[in-house]
This record gives sequence, structure tokens and C-alpha cells, in this order.
Amino acid sequence: MAHMTAVPALSVEGLTVEFRTRSGIVRALDNVSFSVEKGETIALVGESGSGKSVTAYAVMGILDPAGRVTAGRAMLGGLDLLSAKPSQLADVRGREIAMIFQNPRTALNPIRPVGRQIADVLIRHGNVPRNEAPAQAIEMLRAVGITDPVRRAKAYPFEMSGGMCQRVMIAIALAAKPSLLIADEPTTGLDVTTQAVIMDLVSDLARDLGMATIFITHDLALGGQRSARIVVMHAGHVVEDAPTKELFAHPRHPYTAELIAATPDAAASLDQLASIPGSLPDLRRADLPNCRYSERCPRKIDACVQPLPRPDPGATHIVACWNPLP
Amino acid sequence: MTALAATARHARYVIAENPVTGFAFALFVLIVLAAVFGPHIVPYNPLSSDTAAALQPPNMHHWFGTDQLGRDVFSRVIVATRLDFFIAVASVALVFLMGGLAGVAAGFFGGWTDRIVGRIADTIMAFPLFVLAMGIVAALGNTVQNIVLATAIVNFPLYARIARAEANVRREAGFVEAARLSGNSDWRILACQILPNVFPILVVQMSLTMGYAILNAAGLSFIGLGVRPPTPEWGIMVAEGSAFMVSGEWWNAFFPGAALMIAVFCFNLLGDGLRDMVDPRRRT
Amino acid sequence: MTVLLDVAEFSKLFPVGGVPGPIARLRRRFAGGPEKLPKVYAVDDVSFVINEGETVGLVGESGCGKSTLVRALTRLIDASDGSVKLGPRELSLTPSRDFARDPDRARIQMVFQDAGDSINPRFTAFDAIADPLRRLRKMRGKALTQRVETVASQCGLPLQFLSRFPHQLSGGQRARVGIARAIAVEPDLLVLDEPTAALDVSVQVIILQLLQRLKHEFGMSYLFVSHDLSVVRLLCDRVLVMYLGKIVESGPAAEVFAHPLHPYTQALVAAVPRLGENATERLRLTGEPMSPIDPDPKVCRFSGRCPRGTDACKTAMPALRRFGNRQVACHFAEEFLVQPKIAT
Repeated sequence: MAHMTAVPALSVEGLTVEFRTRSGIVRALDNVSFSVEKGETIALVGESGSGKSVTAYAVMGILDPAGRVTAGRAMLGGLDLLSAKPSQLADVRGREIAMIFQNPRTALNPIRPVGRQIADVLIRHGNVPRNEAPAQAIEMLRAVGITDPVRRAKAYPFEMSGGMCQRVMIAIALAAKPSLLIADEPTTGLDVTTQAVIMDLVSDLARDLGMATIFITHDLALGGQRSARIVVMHAGHVVEDAPTKELFAHPRHPYTAELIAATPDAAASLDQLASIPGSLPDLRRADLPNCRYSERCPRKIDACVQPLPRPDPGATHIVACWNPLP
Repeated sequence: MTALAATARHARYVIAENPVTGFAFALFVLIVLAAVFGPHIVPYNPLSSDTAAALQPPNMHHWFGTDQLGRDVFSRVIVATRLDFFIAVASVALVFLMGGLAGVAAGFFGGWTDRIVGRIADTIMAFPLFVLAMGIVAALGNTVQNIVLATAIVNFPLYARIARAEANVRREAGFVEAARLSGNSDWRILACQILPNVFPILVVQMSLTMGYAILNAAGLSFIGLGVRPPTPEWGIMVAEGSAFMVSGEWWNAFFPGAALMIAVFCFNLLGDGLRDMVDPRRRT
Repeated sequence: MTVLLDVAEFSKLFPVGGVPGPIARLRRRFAGGPEKLPKVYAVDDVSFVINEGETVGLVGESGCGKSTLVRALTRLIDASDGSVKLGPRELSLTPSRDFARDPDRARIQMVFQDAGDSINPRFTAFDAIADPLRRLRKMRGKALTQRVETVASQCGLPLQFLSRFPHQLSGGQRARVGIARAIAVEPDLLVLDEPTAALDVSVQVIILQLLQRLKHEFGMSYLFVSHDLSVVRLLCDRVLVMYLGKIVESGPAAEVFAHPLHPYTQALVAAVPRLGENATERLRLTGEPMSPIDPDPKVCRFSGRCPRGTDACKTAMPALRRFGNRQVACHFAEEFLVQPKIAT
């Protein structure tokens, strides 16, 4: 299904982000573009240093102070999040776009009962009257599968397990029924059985609310489980963007293929696993090649020094490569 | 590259980046030089009185003027640097040893060690610190050693608490378990693994304590419980000179007071700079 | 196969809220209070063996007791009950605080989960690897340097990195330092506590292949603790599945994952994301695990969450029963033997 004439929930175009550090300028993101349709779930997959979290933080406007967006737009409906005024952003965050984070216990306010934290969002963004918010907060806790919500609403984050804290964070994020949810590695650190339940929960709620979801993860298998499309990132570039089944069946970018080959589940024995040759380029270099994977790529050809090919506007399977796999 | 060389390189970097730290460091060197070489280079003997030349305002012969006994204020201020600096360094060294070691042991071993150290610290903290210092010096006698001891005792709880907290955090750290697996006994872990991590944090505190120690000694001298005259010491000089402020001979109290201020200011700035240097978030 | 480590009826209990201090003890004696302190049954009556040259996987989720078990096996803490025999020697006779000086200390070593945390930030990589050699092998000077360099090369750590501090090394390099340190003294048993959990997938492959190679080269046994079932399946000969302090299943790794017998193992295997597969209808565990404090010895620990559970599960604790080379602690094991619950 090509990108339809319908307006996508979020459209990131040419996002370029730099960080000023003591040891130089880190070109964290370079011309990152992708979009999420309304109600669609996509996975943003990459290893550490790929820039996947930076992308989310830039879109939400919560980049580290040392980071700057030097180019690009992030269109949420008609609003460009990257050039919006702080007051516009404050309106939109929570109400239209919400985010859940990796470490649930540290993302929650440790000295405020969880019920109140949910109620805060309801009052600020959900237009719920102050006296009705606590009751609705309890309902949200029930909806995210927390047993005995009346008692739990008065509990503090440190009294709850990691899985429960994550559920609370989901409740907070979804309280105002946003149209887009960004989930940044929400299950890292959770047990695999809890992870499955949390992922199911997010999927179910997203389906019920018609909410678009961007699911950020380093785990290719996990990302592929519940997404319609996967966007693969490497060293600040989008290298491949394709429907999930097609990505696994016919990966076209060499990096994607290597990533699949390195994932334990794919191999029947340890010897069949292949690691990815080379290492990430230093993003502080002034002489970064146009294709940041080219220096470690086994399929490199002369054409690879030119700027990356422009993606075909109607294409469903986008590859940023001059010599992709057939 | 050894740990020392890496630290030195990082130190140079911090000083270069933050001029204030560089300034404080230069000032510190100046103070040390004054303390070491002061008595040898001053124009006048700080103890020799010349009542005929008493209470002269600052002039070409006496840059800081003379006091009521005709002694050159400039010489006295410079020579006093040695004594005040010695008091500062000695107090800080003593409290680091006492408080640092007690705190680290309390934090690492817990149990009775922790309880005893905690109670000692609580007892000390029950008193207003200066009053306690006064009491110790009054009871034991007006000597420089007792001033040093009193300052160290009064600062003990602070160092013990910092050291204890740091040791407590690191006691559970992976590298402590790894050290046990490598055959290190508890005492060896304390000395070789924990202390080197706690030391830099205490060093920052030490710099700040130096400023406090000088002020403490000056304060005790001011009320007559510190160093005895005619020994030149900034505190006594301010005390004696204050009597003359009203009648207009400001230089007696001003210059030693300014020296106090500059020294404390320098140590505090140095403490800030040291904190930057030992911050664990340092990067190459 | 020769048995290297024999663990029998091993238990470790912790008093809830920590060991009571003298005031609390006095208060309890005079002001009254519960007869016995409530205890957390972190590890409860666990028995297994590790043979020479074998890689045994230990799998289980947070709270299952594997960290506690591992710390007890490496003699960092003491057992509450039971025996741990290394060869002929009963290890639990020596208190853990004296074990650091014991001649057998070098025989059991550990690779930690967070390599960065397990290396003293003030030590260089060289110091970290040299430490056990200095303490346990009394090596010094030239011999020490040579040994450190040899071991570092064997672990694929370029020699110029030996003078670096942990924060100057990448995740993969730190992992190599941790491994080098652990194998420097040539242990018989190497316990690996989630050694690749913090690493990227591509680095993980390299480290796992390194571990495999080292094992064959030095003839060590591995106890590989992990929550990542895909990795355990690749590396381990046998696997033990723990839940709330007890072993619920054990057997050859490939078989346990292809055909899990215990309902908990089934849920665990079902929850692992598979490449290219959608998350379709799967066994999902609802609720939270039961409390590990003073659990009723007659109630199966998994009851309440178990999809197969019946009232029978609340009246008798299932024993670990043997079925060929498999062991399962479930009343309904026979059913699952015949009919696989999960198709792979």
C-alpha cells in the first residue's frame, strides 16, 4: 500500500540533528525521513548509536540541550513540531502525541502516587473536571490490567514491580487518548513474559483507540512482531523502510541482511550466526562518507561515494543503497 | 598511560577550560610560596618592635604600615601565611585520616562499626561547631596542635558521612564482588578498591575545609583562645587591630583580614575546580 | 561424564527486612512478636549437577532466585541449607568470607552482567585482568605482564587497550576484559551471569563465539545464566528452568525449547519474539508471581498463574520427576509429554 493521499499521523522529513560536545560536533542524524499512517504501528529498529532514540526525542522536542535540529520537519497533522512555539508544543504533547520510556520506574515521579500522576494528565490534556479525574484515573489503571486499581492508585512507583510501573506509564501516556504514541524501548529490562503482556496491551489499546504507534527497539524480532512496517536505522541514517514480512523475506540493504543474520533466533547453531563486520563510524568526523555503512559494507561499489539515492515517492520498500541485495 | 598521567592531563584540560580555576590555582601556588619562603624574604623581622615607628600608615618603607608596637604589618602578614597554612593543611590531613577511614569502614562493614561511628558523629554534631572548638581548645590549652585537633574533630562528622555514603554505594558494586572472586580479602578491598574511589570526592571537601580551618583558627585567636601573641597569625592581628579601627588606623586589621579573605576565597574556588576534575562524568 | 559440581538440596533464605539489629532483637524478646521471622525463600531445595566440559543454562525471570543461586555457588554468600560439592570437596563447609584466601578460589570464577560496573573505574584493563593473577597465582613482574597479554589476546582484546580505563572502552571491549579476567586463572567452572545482556546483537555474536572457542580450548564448564532463551538455546547443552526458587524443568537445551513440558516453560518459550513471526494467539501469563515469603510448602509455586492449574495443585507440591533425560515438576507432566502445547 503506497503512501496514500490521506494525511499521515506523523511525517518526518529530512530530519538532521547535531550535538555539540567537548570532543566535537556529533552528526547524530542525517536526513532521516519516514512516516506513520493513522492507526498504523511501525517499528524503528537499530543498534546503539543508530539514532533511533534521538529521532524520537527530536520529534517530541525533548532533545538534550547540547542537541540542535539543523534541518527537517516533523509534521503532526498540519503542525511542524520542530518549529512550533513552546505553547503549541505544550498543547500537543500529551493530547496528540505521547511517549513512553525505557525505564518505567525512573520515568515516573517517585514522590507522587500513581493515580494522581494519571489524573494530572487527564486534567491538563483530557479536559476532565478536577473532581472526576481520580475516578477516571482508576478506570485507566483497570484498562491497563492492574488488579485492585482502587488500592494501587494510592501507591508510589517504588512499591510496584517493573511491569506494573510500565503499565502505569502506558496509562499516563494514553490518558488523553493521543493519536500517536512513541514507545522508546518500553520493555527493555522487563522479563520476557512481562514483555509479551505489555506489548499485547499496547497493541490492543492502540487498536481500540485507532492510535498510530512508533515502536523503537534494538530487538529486530520484537520489532517485527506487531508492526506493519519496519524502519531500519544505522549511524543516523534510515537504511531501509519496508513492510515487515517483506523485510524479513527479502531484505535489500546489506546492513539489514547482516542484522538478521546476527540475531540468534535466525540461526540453528552458533556457528551459523554472523557478526556484522567493521564498526560504527565516528560521527564526529568531518569527512563522513555519504553512505555511513559503506566503510564496513561487503557490497561496496564505486557508485557508493555519491549521495544516497532519493527514495521513490510512491515506493513501499525504500532502500538507501546503490547496490542493494536483489 | 598511568592513572596519574591521565589525571594530570585532565587537570590541565579543566584549568584551560575554566579560567577561574586557573586563577585559583595560581593564587594557591602564590600562597604556598609565601608560606614556604615568606620568613626569608620579608624586609623586616615580624617580631621586632620599634615603638618609635608605631602606627604609621602604609608608606614607602612599610607597605602595609606598622602596628601599635611598630612592627611591620606587611612582614607579619606574609610570615603569618606559614602558620595559617600549616594549621589548614594539618587540620585537613587529620580529619581526612580520622573521618575518611572511619567513614569508609562504617560504610563498608556496616553493623557495629557503623553504629559506633554514627554515634560519635552524632555526639559531635549535637554541639554548635565553633562552641565545641572553643571548648576543646579551652580544655586542652592554647597551642597550635590543639587548634588543629579541635578543627579536625569538629569536621569529623562531615567527612565520616561523605566517606560512609560513598563506601556504602560501592560496597554492592560489581567490581567489589569481582575483587572477592579474585581472592581479595575485605581489608584489601577496602584499601585498594574502595578508598581510591572515595578519595577524590574527599579531596574536593578537603579544599573547602581548608578555608574553614583558617577561619576557625582566626576566630579562636580573635577571642583569645588561639595562638598567643606575639606570634604573627591573621586572626590575632585582626583582633588586635580591630581596637584601632575606630581611631582611624585601619591598616592594622584590614590587611590581615584581606589576606584571610583571599586565602579562603582561593581554597573555595580551588574546591570548585577540583570538583570538576574528579567528576565521574569526565570524558576523554 | 565426570561430575564437576554437585548441588544437593540447596536452599538460601533471607529474613524479610534484613537481619535484625541488636535493638530489634531485644525488642522482640521482651515485647513479644512473631515466633519466627518471616523469610524470603530465594532458593528452595534445588538439586542439580554440572559435568566436566558441559555448558548448563540457567533460565528464569526476575525473582526466580538465579542471582542468589549464582552468588552462593561462587561463594560470595553462604547457603542456608544443602550441599555444594566441587569434585570431592564440600564447599559449604568454608564460610564465604574465608573463601577468598582458599586455594580452590581460582577454580570457580564469574563473568558479570554489566562489565562496566564489574571493573573498578580507577583500574586500567591491565590492572583488572592482573588482579586475580596477583592475588591467586602470586604472579609479578614480567611473568604477570606476559600472562595478562596472552589472555587478552586470547579474548580478542588488542594490547593497546590494556592501558585504558573502563569508560574509555566500548561495551564489547569491556566484556572482553571481564572474560579475560575470569579465565586468567584457568578456572574449572565459569559462571556467566547474562554476559551479553547489555550488548548489541552484532557484538553479542562475537562474544558468544569467543566463549564457545575458549570453552573448547581450556576445557571449562559453563553455567550460563540468562533470560534470553534464544541465546541459551545456542550455547547450552542442558538447561535448568527456575521459578520462584525452585527448579521446574531441566533437560537438553534443544529439547526443552522445542518441546517444553512445564506450563511455565511453555509460557516462557511462547513469549520469546521470533524473527518474522507475528505475535499470534499465545500462552499469556496473567497476574503476578506469588510472594516468595514463607510460601506454603504444599502449594505449587506456579498455581494461580498456571493455565493448566487445578485444585490438586494447591494440595501437593509437585516433585521434580524424571522422564528419560528430562525432569519436570508438574502434576500434569505426562499430558505434556504426549501432546506438545506449542508448535515451533
